[in-house]
Amino acid sequence: MEEETHTDAKIRAENGTGSSPRGPGCSLRHFACEQNLLSRPDGSASFLQGDTSVLAGVYGPAEVKVSKEIFNKATLEVILRPKIGLPGVAEKSRERLIRNTCEAVVLGTLHPRTSITVVLQVVSDAGSLLACCLNAACMALVDAGVPMRALFCGVACALDSDGTLVLDPTSKQEKARAVLTFALDSVERKLLMSSTKGLYSDTELQQCLAAAQAASQHVFRFYRESLQRRYSKS
Amino acid sequence: MKETPLSNCERRFLLRAIEEKKRLDGRQTYDYRNIRISFGTDYGCCIVELGKTRVLGQVSCELVSPKLNRATEGILFFNLELSQMAAPAFEPGRQSDLLVKLNRLMERCLRNSKCIDTESLCVVAGEKVWQIRVDLHLLNHDGNIIDAASIAAIVALCHFRRPDVSVQGDEVTLYTPEERDPVPLSIHHMPICVSFAFFQQGTYLLVDPNEREERVMDGLLVIAMNKHREICTIQSSGSEMQ
Repeated sequence: MEEETHTDAKIRAENGTGSSPRGPGCSLRHFACEQNLLSRPDGSASFLQGDTSVLAGVYGPAEVKVSKEIFNKATLEVILRPKIGLPGVAEKSRERLIRNTCEAVVLGTLHPRTSITVVLQVVSDAGSLLACCLNAACMALVDAGVPMRALFCGVACALDSDGTLVLDPTSKQEKARAVLTFALDSVERKLLMSSTKGLYSDTELQQCLAAAQAASQHVFRFYRESLQRRYSKS
Repeated sequence: MKETPLSNCERRFLLRAIEEKKRLDGRQTYDYRNIRISFGTDYGCCIVELGKTRVLGQVSCELVSPKLNRATEGILFFNLELSQMAAPAFEPGRQSDLLVKLNRLMERCLRNSKCIDTESLCVVAGEKVWQIRVDLHLLNHDGNIIDAASIAAIVALCHFRRPDVSVQGDEVTLYTPEERDPVPLSIHHMPICVSFAFFQQGTYLLVDPNEREERVMDGLLVIAMNKHREICTIQSSGSEMQ
């Protein structure tokens, strides 16, 4: 009896191989995104990368506590909840990384003395969690209509002990020598945030960054198609 | 963020409609909203949608030492979290009353009704037992959290598989999912909570109140029952009923 008042765009994008100087397996996993699936938040999105799934909800611009208000821009808050157990230090650090990325992109000066809250819930974790959180956060901010100067996406890559580069690693592949996650913006593919874990050389960092930039093309094309599908009259 | 206050005219409109036996979404007095249950890729992960109310449930297990006064029983732990995504008013410090009430009701409904066989969770008496942890996250609040949460909890528990364990004398072997198939929990019965909202000084009740109806109701009655027509829990709060 309930009318479907929201439209959802379920797009599957098969991604081709990203370019990389070495190794085969450099393709991104299967993506899916659904927007506007929750009725209470101003914007919401669910992003799936292979088996990793994150649900994001955005409230804002909304009322802010006087202790937290900033006189000339919006206060951005990011909350990441794991599926099992209470949030710990790892979640706090990821929240900070995501918040820094969003602050670089969101036009906070248009809404001074307000708060924009991004709440992320991990639905399933099968590798590249931070990248998936970034993608879900971006889609949710778009769904909420928060003004941004660019879109952003997260791409993760893992470096094996013999130097093979794997984009969008699964949990097994993440047990490699190094795992690097980058946040890239959509205008010029510039680097917004990078979070790395493990041992790698200077040249390897540049190679990973180049591969991530190439892969981000696919992600942004997927965003565009997903939004086009949602807003077109069909 | 503060909860948006309910305007007087909206309150009057809802109460008048209820007096005339009409509900805003067109349901009848005893109609439930549509329920959709979907499962995730891990064992014990499920998402329940009761109308627009959405709850994510995940079950996990761990080997721990048992409680001192219950050396041969496993431990069941429930944790319901009202995520800030569910409603703008659910801030970390501000929801303690509702949270405690819901958690306590979940515990009474699921642990005290002995729906899970805790004796079967014992591995080595007095030393190692399984601790089953059920984490429930409310994702969207459109009324009747307790029903959606109880469905999510029991569905997740039925879906869950724990790793197989074998005991030979003093040796305990824990098998990975690759070595031996994981084993389901032994569940005696499935209690489900049903909520009734009371209006007009307790003379009229509605099943499965949505968020607006919950705001204007006089009182709430929650009954947990299973398939065998046994009552597992009853809780009544708010004003008197007749």
